[in-house]
This record gives sequence, structure tokens and C-alpha cells, in this order.
Amino acid sequence: MATITTEGVRHVANLARLEFNDEETEQFTEQLARILDYIGTLNELETDEVPPTSHIHPHQVFIMGSQEGAAHVAKADVVKPSYPREDVLANAPEPEEGYFGVPRVVDRSH
Amino acid sequence: MLYELTAHALHEKLKSQETTAVELAESVYARIDEVESHVKGYLTLTKDLALEQASRADSGFQKGDEMPPLAGIPIAIKDVICTKGVRTTCGSKILESFVPPYDATVMTKLYEQGVVMIGKTNMDEFAMGSSTENSAYQITHNPWNLDTIPGGSSGGSAAVVSADTAVCSLGSDTGGSIRQPAALCGVVGMKPTYGRVSRYGLVAFASSLDQIGPFTKDVTDCALLLNAICGSDAMDATSVDVPVPDFTQYLINDVKGLKIGVPKEYFTPALDTEISDCIHSATAVLEGLGATVEEISLPHTEYAIATYYIIAPAEASANLARYDGVRYGYRHENPEDLINMYKKTRSEGFGEEVKRRIMLGTFALSAGYQDAYYKKAQKVRTLIKSDFDAAFEKVDVIATPTSPTPAFKIGERIADPLQMYLSDVMTTPASHAGLPGISVPCGFVKNGLPVGLQLLGAPFAEEKVLRVAYTFEQNTEHHRQKPQIQTNGVVS
Repeated sequence: MATITTEGVRHVANLARLEFNDEETEQFTEQLARILDYIGTLNELETDEVPPTSHIHPHQVFIMGSQEGAAHVAKADVVKPSYPREDVLANAPEPEEGYFGVPRVVDRSH
Repeated sequence: MLYELTAHALHEKLKSQETTAVELAESVYARIDEVESHVKGYLTLTKDLALEQASRADSGFQKGDEMPPLAGIPIAIKDVICTKGVRTTCGSKILESFVPPYDATVMTKLYEQGVVMIGKTNMDEFAMGSSTENSAYQITHNPWNLDTIPGGSSGGSAAVVSADTAVCSLGSDTGGSIRQPAALCGVVGMKPTYGRVSRYGLVAFASSLDQIGPFTKDVTDCALLLNAICGSDAMDATSVDVPVPDFTQYLINDVKGLKIGVPKEYFTPALDTEISDCIHSATAVLEGLGATVEEISLPHTEYAIATYYIIAPAEASANLARYDGVRYGYRHENPEDLINMYKKTRSEGFGEEVKRRIMLGTFALSAGYQDAYYKKAQKVRTLIKSDFDAAFEKVDVIATPTSPTPAFKIGERIADPLQMYLSDVMTTPASHAGLPGISVPCGFVKNGLPVGLQLLGAPFAEEKVLRVAYTFEQNTEHHRQKPQIQTNGVVS
């Protein structure tokens, strides 16, 4: 496993939509390198033939509302009421005309 | 005093109308006035709502209605569980003013029982931490020694039950966040099997690990809370549709014929020797009561932390992408453009540990590293789970320490993230396997801090875990001990 550089930390921060000053970048580089070094102990294990576990009940997403083990059972396609618009917008930092307001992303002149 | 009692004892008093739910709620708030400024377990108190709920329960009792076991019982809720109309912060500045428009499924179920919600409890920001020091708001103090941490991330929920400022509470457990603080605060805490309890309305941290569970003063109350919150839910596709038994049926004071495995890998040099002694005494008690105790091996235990600190941050980095300042929560003022708004909002709104985990998780999922980190961890997760599968072929329940050390001093580990992560060494293995696990009080170290015994079962075998825990409790006195909280030299 590779270690992480300050350049790598800046790249990952951009992917995660986070910003750090130089001091924070140095600190994260050092801390993440230490953590990744510890995580490197996993390489002691031979896992080529081991299947990954993403979920501990692999069948569970298929059993809702149907007999156990049935594959890919979809929920009934029934229209249900959503939350009222004003309730959903009540937490919005800058609601605008019934929508979530954000800084302009499209230039009006085009 | 009323506030000291268990839910099942209070239910009898409410039923016989020896007391009322309003008197009980008043008693708990009086206790809060007495000690909360020292413990600091709550982020929000909901007294008006609580008194309204209490008087509703009282009218039921007065009419002589058949009332559910939790009707009128004061409960505290970890601030990561959505409560309609009541601020839910997740211990983060980014959700400082967030008021959920809906209730989590567990809240709907508890309200149907007629509970009285006392308030929302402090926690490590987004449940990331082992000491509750990562809260953006306040530090919670362990009632047994106010200079020490209560554990985490559900430190507030554990501390308020220990301090008698709630009769019971709910927390959430991703890598040990119910079991570890329960152990450190000397109360009962249980993480049910992954999928037992709906996660709808539980603000997501690591979706393949998160589970809601109770903190209580004894195992009977734990069974009552499990009865109230378990069950599949159409709103959570990962909740499992298996029958939910009446868990109180398994409060059986008898372990004869049960096999209890003690994994040798948990007894490392890093384990405090006084804790090791407490665990061996506890298993000796169970052996004396007719259980068979045998040493077992879970060979991949030592890899559980490394695996956890890839899987949980990876899932967290995806789950926390939603905090972008658009729909709810904090937004940076006067951004240059949209991307700048995202970056400033997240950098200003999240605390240091949350950023560290988002960075770790984003790295582990980034192009070129996903197979080496995330996929590798998922494969080791399979090995850890296989260890448990093999063990449960031979034993009914596994007994281990819950935490390698008793509560540590406030500030002691906060500067060293890796050292903090190692606090979870005893709890993360069972999280990977999705197992039910309980921590019950099993003694004290010399300086008076409590020690927890962790009992683990096979998936959906909560009943065996409860039976062993109940038998242990009924034959010991540790759970009856109460902390003496020092309030300006006066013991409360």
C-alpha cells in the first residue's frame, strides 16, 4: 500500500469538497500517513481467494414483502404523498420561490 | 427517589397509581437541575413536550386502560436520531439549526408506547469518536469521575442513565458506540443484530454497520426497549423481516447447559489487568451457575480496527456528501460560486475528526486505491465474520471485555487519533459480523471506575445474549451501584 503525500492530500481534499490551509494540510498528511501505515497490517493476510463482504445479510434486500430468498422483489408501485413543500424547505438556508436557492451556475447571457 | 428506579419498577408504580408520569418527569428534571451542569449529557431538553406526553400517559393510567410497559417512562434520545419538531444536531455545527420534518421509525414506535422524551443527548460529531470529546458543543463528564470521559460516541446517552437524569435512553452503535460507553459509565447497553431495528431517521454514518440500541439500568429494561424498537420497516430496506420475539420471555435466571466461549485473542498485553481479572471473575460466576466456559480462538481479531477504519470512513465519506449547504444546515455566507460554497460550507461546518474520516474514506475509495484499501478491507471483513460463524458452531455466547481500559482522562487521547481508534479494539469485530452484543456492569477497578462484560451472540440470537446477561445480573450486585456525583464538594 502506498503512503500519502501533501500533494495527495490536496487532491483528496478537492474530491471531498474540503479546503485546508498549509498547516492543516501538513497535519492531515502526517496523521493520514500514520493511520494508513497501521492499516497496512492488512497486507499480512492472503485474500486473493476471499470474497468481499459488503453486507452481512446478503439476502436481506430481497426478502422484503416476499418469501425469504426470492430475488429482486420490487416494492409495489404505489403513489404516496410526499412531505409538504414548505416542510421540506423549512430547513433550507436560502429558499427561493419554492426552490433551494444556490449561487448562480449558468450565465444568463447565453 | 423516583428518578433512580428502573422502567419496570416504575411501570408498577404508575399502574397502581402510586405515582404519576408527571411526578416522575418532574423528578427527573429536578435531578437534571441538581447534576446536569456537571455531567453535561444533554444538548437539548424538551420539558414542555415531556410534560405534555406525561399527562397524556397519566390520563390513560387514570382511566384504567391497559398501558404499554414504557408508557410514562422518561427516555433520552441520542441527537443522531431524527425527532420531528425537535432540533437534531448530530453533535455538529453543520446541523446546528436542523429541525427534522419527520420522526425516525424508532421514535414513532416509542411514542406509540407512550414514552416521555426528556431531551436529546450529546455525542461525538456524526457518531465519530470514542470519548464524546468530538462534540461541537460540549464535553460530557463521566458521572463516576467527572475528570474522565463517558466513552463514545453515545457518551451523553450512557452518562444520563448512569447519572439518573434519564431512566433509559437510545444510542447508536457503528463500531462500539453503545457498548463501550455503557461499560465506561456502568450501565447496560445493547447493540441488536444489524437489521433488527429500522435505521430510518438515524442520520447515517456507516450504513453497513450502524444500528440503534438501548441504554438501561438493568437487563429487564433492555428487553422492554428491544420489544419496543425492533422489527422490519418498509422505510429501511436493510431492516430484516424476521419474527421479533417477546424478549422478556428470555429473562431466564439459568445458564445450565449453555456454552460460553472466551476468545484468547482479546486478552492481549494492551488489556488492563484489572479488567482482565473482572472478566475472568464474571465467567467464573457463570461457570458456577452451570454454564460451560471454554477458551476459543477468533484468529483475525487483531485486524478488526484496521478493517473498520477503512470501511466506516469510506461509507461516511459517501453519506456525508449530502452536507453541502444546499437543502439544510449551515451555509457559508457570500460564496464566490457553487463549488466554493460547498468547500467553505463543509470546511467551516465539520469538525476535525469528521474531516479526517472523510479524507481517509475519500482516499480509500479514490481511483487507483479502491482495490488496495476498500476491497481489501471487505475481504478481511469476510475473514472476521467467518471466525465468528465457526465459533458459534461450538458455543452459544461469546464473553469478552467491552473496553481494554476503564474511562480515561478528558484530553488524554484527543491529540492522537490512532490511539483513540484503538479504544474500539474489543467492539469492532462483532460490528463487522453484524452480531448482537450487550455490555453489562461486571465490577470496578481500584480507582472506582466501572468495568463492562461484553456478551455476543450469533445473528438474531439476542435471546441467548439476554439470558446470559440476565442470569449474571441476577446473581451479582454490580448493576445496583450508583455513582456519587461531586457537585462543588457536595455529593449528589
